[in-house]
Amino acid sequence: MYGYDELDQALVDQRVAEFRDQVRRHLAGELSEDEFRPLRLRNGLYIQRHAPMLRIAIPYGLLNARQLRALAAIARRYDRGYGHFTTRQNLQLNWPALADVPDILAELAQVQMHAIQTSGNCVRNVTADHLAGIAPDEIDDPRPYCELIRQWATLHPEFTYLPRKFKIAVTGSAEDRAASEVHDIGLQLRRSAQGEIGFSVRVGGGLGRAPAIGQVVREWLPLPELFAYLEAILRVYNLHGRRDNIHKARIKVLLKSLGLERFRAEVEAEWQMSRAGAPQLTAAEVERVRGFFQLQPYETLEDYDPTAGREISFKAWYRYNTRAHRVPGYRAVFVSLKAHGAVPGDMSSAQMEGVAALAERVSFGLIRSTHTQNLLLADVPQHTLYEVWRELAALGLAMPNIGTLTDMIACPGLDFCSLANAGTIVVARQIQERFDNLDYLYDLGEIEIKMSGCMNACGHHHVGHIGILGVDKHGEEWYQISLGGSANGTTALGEVIGPSVAQHEVAPTLERIVETYRELREEDERFIDTVRRLGVTPFRERAYAAHPAAA
Amino acid sequence: MRHILRRRDIVEDSWRYLGEEVGPGDPLIVPLAELRAERERWWNWTGRLGARLKPSDRVEDLTADLPRLDLVAVEFPNPGDGRGYSQARLLRERLRFRGELRAVGAGVRQDQAFLLARCGFDCLEPTAAASLEAVRSALHRYDVAYQPGAPQVELRRQRFFGRGAAP
Repeated sequence: MYGYDELDQALVDQRVAEFRDQVRRHLAGELSEDEFRPLRLRNGLYIQRHAPMLRIAIPYGLLNARQLRALAAIARRYDRGYGHFTTRQNLQLNWPALADVPDILAELAQVQMHAIQTSGNCVRNVTADHLAGIAPDEIDDPRPYCELIRQWATLHPEFTYLPRKFKIAVTGSAEDRAASEVHDIGLQLRRSAQGEIGFSVRVGGGLGRAPAIGQVVREWLPLPELFAYLEAILRVYNLHGRRDNIHKARIKVLLKSLGLERFRAEVEAEWQMSRAGAPQLTAAEVERVRGFFQLQPYETLEDYDPTAGREISFKAWYRYNTRAHRVPGYRAVFVSLKAHGAVPGDMSSAQMEGVAALAERVSFGLIRSTHTQNLLLADVPQHTLYEVWRELAALGLAMPNIGTLTDMIACPGLDFCSLANAGTIVVARQIQERFDNLDYLYDLGEIEIKMSGCMNACGHHHVGHIGILGVDKHGEEWYQISLGGSANGTTALGEVIGPSVAQHEVAPTLERIVETYRELREEDERFIDTVRRLGVTPFRERAYAAHPAAA
Repeated sequence: MRHILRRRDIVEDSWRYLGEEVGPGDPLIVPLAELRAERERWWNWTGRLGARLKPSDRVEDLTADLPRLDLVAVEFPNPGDGRGYSQARLLRERLRFRGELRAVGAGVRQDQAFLLARCGFDCLEPTAAASLEAVRSALHRYDVAYQPGAPQVELRRQRFFGRGAAP
C-alpha cells in the first residue's frame, strides 16, 4: 500500500497542529460555533445527538494491520471500544470528546492516517473497488489513481470551499463495485488499443434528496490529463454551482440545469484554457505511486477445493464469504460485520485487533473496508482458509451471509445521527431476527437491502434491490420501501412501492415481498432480475395485502 | 484608519472604496458594475483605480479594464463561499493580472489565509475585529503542499507542478 514520504507526513502533522489550534480557540471562546463549524467539518468532526462524531479517512478502503490496531486502541481509549465502518469505506467514532480530538488526530498521524476532508463542502475520501488489484476482470488497479487524486484534492487551495460535498470514485473493472455512477465524479478505467490508460468520466451522480445517475461527460480522458480535467470540472462547479439552497447545491443540479451538452462544453472549454497551468501528472510520479501497489509476493500455489471433507458450515462460509482471486491458490475473504444481532458495520476494538493479527499471518498484513460495510482480507492462501474461518468465527466475524439479504447496508440512523428521521438499527435487528434461517436466506439468493434514516441517503437506499428510507410521520418513525435499485452493473434507482409502513411492519412487509419473489421467479433468476422483468406491481399488491398498518 | 496585510506587512490602507470619503487623486476601488456603467468616468479618475468583484461577478467582464487597474478586490462575504478562490486564480493565471489582488470581507480569516495566498492574493483585508497578526502568522501554518500555487507562499516541498515549472 501507499506509504507516506516526508511531504505527506509533514502535511498531516501540520494539519493536526492547525486543528489543535482551532479547537483551542473554539474552547477559549475565540471561535463561535458558527465560525468553528466549517473548520471542524473539514476535519471530519460532526456534533451529533450524544457527542461529537469523528469520521476517520480510510483512503480507498485500504488499511494495514498497524493502522487497524491504532484504530482499535483509539476506539478503546477515547471512545467506547468500537467503531462504525461506513458506505464510503471510512470509520466513524461515535463518542469522542471534543477536547480529545486533536490527540486522536496526532495518534492517527503516527500511523499515516487522518480525518482530512471526510466531511464538509469539499472533495471527500476517494473510494474504489474493494477487489482492486485482485479481481480477475480488472483493466487496471484503480488505487494508484485514487492515491494521486487524494493528494491532489488534499487542502486544494481553490476547491476547499465548494458549494457542497464532492465525492469521487474510481473503478477498474467491468463490474462496478465502487458504485461510481452515483458519485459526483465517477471515473471508470479504460485501456486504449495502444495500451494507454485513461478514464471515462461521469459527472453528476449522487443519492440524497434528488438521486441521479452520473452522465458521461468524456468517453476517453488520457491519464496525463487527469488533474487538469478534474480541475476544469471543479472550477465550473465552484463558480456556477448554486449556493443559495443547500438542497440544490450538488453538481448534479448544475448539470441538470445546464443540460449535459452545455455542461460538457463549459468543462471542455475550461480544460482547454486552464490545462497549461494545471498540476501535471508526470509519468515518473505515476510510476512512483504505482510502485506502492505492486503485486504481493505470492507463493506458487494451485487452486484446490479446501471444503472437501469439511463441515457444512465451513462450506457455506466458503461459498458466501470468499471470492475468486486472480492468483492461483488464493481467495479473497470477507470479514462479515453483519452478524445477526449486531449493528451493520460496527466492529469492536477486540475484533479489530483480532483481524489485524490474522491479516499479518495470512494476508500480507493488509485489510480493506468495503462500501457494503464489511472488511476484506484480499490475499488469503486457500490452504489457510479453514483456520481463518475458525478464527473469524471465534471473533464473531464469520456470519456466512455476504451478498444475502442480511448483509444489509445501514447508516447509523436516529440512534446516533442528528440528521436522521428514523432509527435504522432497530429495523436491522428486526430483519435479522425474521430472516435468521440461513437456508431460507440462501434460497433467496443475492438481495441487497440498503437502508437510510433520512433523505441524505448515507445508506444508499435508492440503489438497494430493496431500499428502506426512514421518514418522520407526525413524530413517528415510518419507512418507505423501494424496489429495483442497483449500483453495480446496471445502475438504477429504485421505485417506491407505495405508502410508508410503521416500524414494526418493515420486516413482515419485506417477508411478503420476498415470498412474492419466491413464487414468481423463474429458474435461478435473482430477485433483482425478477423485479426488473415484472416491475413493482405484483410486489406492491402483495406487500400491502392484509396490512392494516399501511396508511 | 483601516489596516491590511500586504504580503508580510501590516500597513495602513491608502485605498478608498467608492462611498467612503475620497480626496481627488486618492486610490479608489469601485464595484465592477459601477465600472462597467460609467467606464469613461472611472478611466479618467486622476488617481490609481481598483475594481471590486462580488462572488457572482464574471472575472472575464473585467478583461478590458485590467490595463487601467492597479488593484482588484475580491469579496468573501462568508468563509463558506469559495468562488473568490477561482476568481483569483483566473485573474492571475488566465488574465495575467499583476497588480494587487486583495481578499476582502467576513470570509477572510486566519483559517483561510494560507489557501487565499496560494490562489494568488497578495493582500488580505479581514473585517476590523480580526487580528492581522494572527492572519499573518497563519500564512506559515504549512510549509508543504501538493498542488502548484502562487509564489506568495514559500514552500519547502511541493508534489505537483504546472507545465513548464521546474520540479
